[in-house]
Amino acid sequence: MTVIVNFLIGFFILAGAILCLIATFGVIRLPDVYTRNHAASKAATLGVMSILLGTFLYFYSFEGHFNSRLILGIVFLFMTSPISGHLINRAAYNSGVKLWDRSVRDDLKEYQKKLHEE
Amino acid sequence: MLDIVIRIALLCCSLAMLGLIYRVIKGPAIPDRVIALDAVGVNLVAITALISIVLHSSAFLEIILLIGILAFIGTIAFAKYLEKGVIIERDSHR
Repeated sequence: MTVIVNFLIGFFILAGAILCLIATFGVIRLPDVYTRNHAASKAATLGVMSILLGTFLYFYSFEGHFNSRLILGIVFLFMTSPISGHLINRAAYNSGVKLWDRSVRDDLKEYQKKLHEE
Repeated sequence: MLDIVIRIALLCCSLAMLGLIYRVIKGPAIPDRVIALDAVGVNLVAITALISIVLHSSAFLEIILLIGILAFIGTIAFAKYLEKGVIIERDSHR
């Protein structure tokens, strides 16, 4: 039983850490703000949630106490991290940051132009 | 075995924070820097969790929630500042 729990904790923590690293590679290598935000707000969130789940399992199985603050932290991160990604992306679009020069269509620009004409 | 896994995970998170700091320094637009700082905050949550495993102590688990809330509020304030120019607006009809 303890071997299985050990394996689960190790798997969650290692998977989360590698996801954080992959998110950073995305933030470094992708071409514009929107794709970088796509990498940072999804992969990093899943990675940190996985690490927190591993930590929760560790404290539950080895120290023997149920830590509800970690569960609360997982839920809070899951709720707020995509919202902050959305808000900063919208602020970037409205303050005039250009898309990647090889991106093919921009529906929001046409919609805003049409709204401006009416 | 778990000890080595936690060391490797700490190394991965530290490398991730270094890469994000590269993006904070170099990022061409302001939103790049804000995104990278938000991700630094999220990585700091992970490092706090791993350090509290290393120290066998559950005293730092409140800090996780605190860093999460502070990173969220900071990012929202930056987004509102970039979009409207003010963070807290004045009452217009008075």
